[in-house]
Amino acid sequence: MPDNQHHTEHDIHPEAGAGVKVSARDVCVSYSGKQALNNVSIDIPDRSVTAFIGPSGCGKSTFLRCMNRMNDTIEGARVSGSLKLDGREVNDKAVDPVVLRASVGMVFQKPNPFPKSIYDNVAYGPRIHGLALSRDELDAIVEEALRKAGLWEEVASRLSDPGTSLSGGQQQRLVIARAIAISPEVILMDEPCSALDPIATAKIEELIDELRENYCIIIVTHSMQQAARVSQRTAFFHMGNLVEYGPTEEIFTNPRDPRTQDYITGRFG
Amino acid sequence: MALSKTAHIVTAYGEELDQLADELARMGGLVETQLENAIAAIVRRDAGVVAGVREREKQVNAMQVDVEKRVLRLFALRQPLATDLRMTISALKIATDLERVGDLAKNIAYRAKDLSEYAPLAMTDQVDRLGGIVIKQLREVLDALSSSDVEPAIRVWRADDEVDERYNALVREMLVAMSQDPGLVEPGVHFLFVAKNLERIGDHATNIAEAVHFMVTAGPLEISSDISKP
Repeated sequence: MPDNQHHTEHDIHPEAGAGVKVSARDVCVSYSGKQALNNVSIDIPDRSVTAFIGPSGCGKSTFLRCMNRMNDTIEGARVSGSLKLDGREVNDKAVDPVVLRASVGMVFQKPNPFPKSIYDNVAYGPRIHGLALSRDELDAIVEEALRKAGLWEEVASRLSDPGTSLSGGQQQRLVIARAIAISPEVILMDEPCSALDPIATAKIEELIDELRENYCIIIVTHSMQQAARVSQRTAFFHMGNLVEYGPTEEIFTNPRDPRTQDYITGRFG
Repeated sequence: MALSKTAHIVTAYGEELDQLADELARMGGLVETQLENAIAAIVRRDAGVVAGVREREKQVNAMQVDVEKRVLRLFALRQPLATDLRMTISALKIATDLERVGDLAKNIAYRAKDLSEYAPLAMTDQVDRLGGIVIKQLREVLDALSSSDVEPAIRVWRADDEVDERYNALVREMLVAMSQDPGLVEPGVHFLFVAKNLERIGDHATNIAEAVHFMVTAGPLEISSDISKP
């Protein structure tokens, strides 16, 4: 581990007992020769929320994209190191990215419902992955996903309306329902609330808190307060390095690295 | 009290934190003056200090209210984190302790007025010495606060045992003297209250030491706290 990373083996490994879902060792990413991520090593626990914070261009979204191999689609991107999901190497040639993305769902900054009905948005994944054998089964999956996403009560009577007819906050919960309809294990969220008003944000945060009982959630956020509110562990990235990683309460009350300190208190670093 | 050498990106936020630290330092200075004057009044048997003490007491109370307002405003509008969070919450606690010290110093000054009506007591020297130690404790912990230095804070915290020992010795001696000379009972009771107030001020100094330690290190001040490795 390079000297400029402020964490110990103890930090990389979260508290004993919580199973490790995602395990990274020396992950490096470069885009057309330009280094974006340097030797990132981290263990992310299952059934909890881990927040990635750091200034723009620090590598947090790059690292998030490694987890479902979205960097594959970027020309000139080179990924090295080891990234394991449940002990299985994500970058293994034998791993089909499409299958991988069924277990690693992603929610983006701007809600991106398909130009289809609310029902079909959620049913899309289960259909293409063959998760339902009958219409009844599919109905049940759609309802359960919408309930888990806290949207069912609001849309039950208008499932055939277009997904795009919903409000921004509802659309974001719709794409979360779409992600969980295929029973993923990890949900990646890249600034999921940055386009939402405070009430819609609170609803998403409440949803994240409920979902963490069943999923490993990793959220990239520019809002320090949001990281503090929703996550159990926080990782601070700076200039492609994972600078500090630890329990969220410690990161926000007593960060050990001066770079973390300067960033979260809003100082020149 | 600045815990970070780098400036805030939002200048006004940094200024608000600086102003809070300045207000707390001013409050500490005023309380220190109150205590010095009160002890000097006991030693000099000076009944004339009461009016001035009462006036400054009002200022101390107003300063505590001001610190509370500033802290509330910072929490509501700036959501301080890390060192800023610890400094802000410590300021709130320290202002409460300083206000109590001010109260106790005022009580001592009032006792000076009462005591001036009696003949001088032989034990005045001991109260003066106890007062000297307590003033030193308060001064050191306020220095620790303004320099964000934990070493003097730990020293103050440890030295409270000496304050307690001197206080207990003084009480024992006073009780003996009072039992031997009933004429000493009335002034002796005033003396005991003065000593008790000084001992309480010592406790508030250790509270402030704990707050300074938390502010700087984020950890509690404990018996095992190491001066060389804060």
